Amino acid sequence: MAYSDKVIDHYNNPRNVGTLDKSKANVGTGLVGAPECGDVMRLQIEVDENQVITDAKFKTFGCGSAIASSSLATEWLKGKTVDEALSIDNMEIVEELALPPVKIHCSVLAEDAIKSAINDYRVKNGLPALELNNSHH
Amino acid sequence: MLTLPIYLDNNATTPLDPRVLDAMLPYMTTMFGNAASRNHAFGWQAEEAVDYAREQIASLINCSPKEIIFTSGATESDNLALKGVFEMYASKGNHIITATTEHKAVLDACKHIEKLGGKVTYLPVNAEGLIDLQELEAAITDKTILIAIMYANNEVGVIQPVREISKIAKKNGILFFTDATQAVGKIPVDVEADGIDLMAFSAHKMYGPKGVGALYVRRKNPRVKVTAQMDGGGHERGMRSGTLNVPGIVGLGKACELAKQEMEADTARISAMRDRLEKELLTLEESYVNGSREHRLPHVSNISFKYVEGEGLMMGVKDLAVSSGSACTSASLEPSYVLKALGLSDDLAHSSLRFGLSRFTTDEEIDFAINHVKEAVTKLREMSPLWEMFKEGIDLNSIEWAEH
Repeated sequence: MAYSDKVIDHYNNPRNVGTLDKSKANVGTGLVGAPECGDVMRLQIEVDENQVITDAKFKTFGCGSAIASSSLATEWLKGKTVDEALSIDNMEIVEELALPPVKIHCSVLAEDAIKSAINDYRVKNGLPALELNNSHH
Repeated sequence: MLTLPIYLDNNATTPLDPRVLDAMLPYMTTMFGNAASRNHAFGWQAEEAVDYAREQIASLINCSPKEIIFTSGATESDNLALKGVFEMYASKGNHIITATTEHKAVLDACKHIEKLGGKVTYLPVNAEGLIDLQELEAAITDKTILIAIMYANNEVGVIQPVREISKIAKKNGILFFTDATQAVGKIPVDVEADGIDLMAFSAHKMYGPKGVGALYVRRKNPRVKVTAQMDGGGHERGMRSGTLNVPGIVGLGKACELAKQEMEADTARISAMRDRLEKELLTLEESYVNGSREHRLPHVSNISFKYVEGEGLMMGVKDLAVSSGSACTSASLEPSYVLKALGLSDDLAHSSLRFGLSRFTTDEEIDFAINHVKEAVTKLREMSPLWEMFKEGIDLNSIEWAEH
């Protein structure tokens, strides 16, 4: 399979690989996917008092496209407010990384990971969990 | 000097040995005759070359030159053996016994036979990849006409107990066919001592050209016949029509001659490299050799690296040409059916690599491969949430994974 240069760049130089302290109230953690499906993404955000995402980290078990999708997601998350982050759409990831159709599920998983991390943060801070929209492209 | 990528996929195909090419070339240019042309020197030359190749092959596997039927390769030989026996021995029965880890050419030919009304038993294998001889005996019925068990497996290199299988076949008056594509030219194969009635093999797995193979068909004790699957001029004792691929056959013959001369030395050198590669890669935590290490081809190693995803791993070892246990080029991520038959979970099957060494593999290439794989696995594990959980002592089975 031919990967785009951007996927290869994220694979070779993944941004923001790592772990945030999930016990902290201002850290949201999303863990999505399943080992037997061949993709598991863990995405974490750290949020300041102004609802701005100051840090984002990921770890991904998966193919190059899954790694690149989550790496890109952490880049995009930093500096955004939580509300802005909710608007990240998987098709933006598909376009940015030029993912082929068989790899669209990697972008969907990254979007799920973002929303799941945000929900974890919301619940920790006494906010209701958002209904996750599963009508993906 | 290393040339990248390094080829370690010699169970898929081997490079042509230059000595084989030299033997073949004249038969593509000046000596181009049709081996079936009886009326002129061009035909005689070609026929002589084919006869000589038959002797070279016969000498390697200890049979009579008359027992070699040339085909286009092992897939055709597998089809001819299975379908040919099924048709020829229809009056005796319709039951075939094979195993779940056979090559697709055997499994799909068996599926075809089932559609034609045949009955097929697919024997399971144990964690080592070996069939159970008692289960084999128990599967035999009065309708059983053929036992089809491969000599050595293409994915894990496991060698089946061929002599014990053939004894069971003989005792029960059943024919024994073996797909020996991965074995011939690599380990000693002797159709007499091994008690083989039919055997498929191919040139391009032993440094010969692609597009040519053979089916060994026993002529004595018992005399075996197969119904032709290709109708035409009645070549190859009526069992396989079609103008002989003279240069290819010459190449197969030469490849067999070289294999016979060099097998011992090749095996010693190649298995030492394979063992070193394996020993080094097993220093990585949570890495496992798939299949029996005792009953195994000398040039193959199939290793799973837990908590690393197969396709990501293939991308990480881009400077190596190896095979992975997952069919990741297709849209669906299907783990290898062979590894699954050995009892591997999907994730371990996905995270496997098959290394196949050759006569042309060098120590320098193995050194590079060791470092390259170690780096890739280590890097991917640092990126893997599953590895982190494993290190923290979290049981991954205790987590409710969101299916997607």
